[in-house]
Amino acid sequence: MRQLLWVTLATSVLFCLWLPSARAVDSEAPFSNPQLQQRYEGLIHDFRCLVCFDESIANSDADLAADFRHQVHQMVADGKSDQEIKTFMIKRYGDFILYQPPLQPSTWVLWGGPFVLLVIGLVTLIFILRRRARMHNVEGDNA
Amino acid sequence: MKRSLFYLLPILVLGVLIALFWRGLYLNPRILPSPLIGNAVPTFNLPELRHPDSPLTQQILIGHVSLVNVWGTWCYACREEQQTLMAFSRQNVVPIYGWDYKDDRQAALAWLAQRGDPYTAVAFDASGDAAINWGVYGAPETFLIDARGIIRYKYIGPLTPDVIQNDLLPRIQALQHEGT
Repeated sequence: MRQLLWVTLATSVLFCLWLPSARAVDSEAPFSNPQLQQRYEGLIHDFRCLVCFDESIANSDADLAADFRHQVHQMVADGKSDQEIKTFMIKRYGDFILYQPPLQPSTWVLWGGPFVLLVIGLVTLIFILRRRARMHNVEGDNA
Repeated sequence: MKRSLFYLLPILVLGVLIALFWRGLYLNPRILPSPLIGNAVPTFNLPELRHPDSPLTQQILIGHVSLVNVWGTWCYACREEQQTLMAFSRQNVVPIYGWDYKDDRQAALAWLAQRGDPYTAVAFDASGDAAINWGVYGAPETFLIDARGIIRYKYIGPLTPDVIQNDLLPRIQALQHEGT
């Protein structure tokens, strides 16, 4: 029984280690300048593939992702800055093209919501704990 | 009093969440609003599908209200749409320009010969690079362009007689009135 558990665990770990190599979809020729290559690779992780929403264009083998990678590659080669490339894509496809939504009024709830919930949870917890402590004290007094 | 309010809070939060998720069920996340609406059509210079020697530019879209329909022979939904477009083009309401997206010229010509050709002109965008400037991310997509060459509306997905009647036609007629 225990052995089975270990085998399962080991396989899962191996599988996770193997996963990153599964993304060999990029067919763009690498830049000879490693700095440009690094910027290019960073950028393609920032854009969403619009036909397969939950993948970046770096990880998707969709046709559209290949077109987007080509576009980004071209713009990096043309000497465009990261910001210029992002603005270019946002102007055509909207904020949704960014894998990480920008912080702006329409996304405040998205970014802040979890923290608000956390605070509500903490306040509730403190409230309940305090009341329990108080009830214990009252019981103690009675005894 | 204060305590009952406190117990009500989780139920209230749950209620709000249910309402939001319920609404979310009926939204189509595949349809992205185009940020290009209200902007001039992007510049392009592409060969005409049937007359490769005569290039098409954004100039053809200026001076009249028109539709630009993005399609491709690889696109399954475009088959159904083609029949709707054929019927609509016979009504001669607006010129319909085709944008043959990521396609093969021979296949596209065969498609039009076989199924009918509703297009006034067809821009042939074999690589799909020019379509990026239009914010195209699939086919079919249809843009409504006013007489000044401004993108006024975008419909994502196949046009049906119902969509033409209820979504497109009223907008087209309003724009045509605007022009006169």
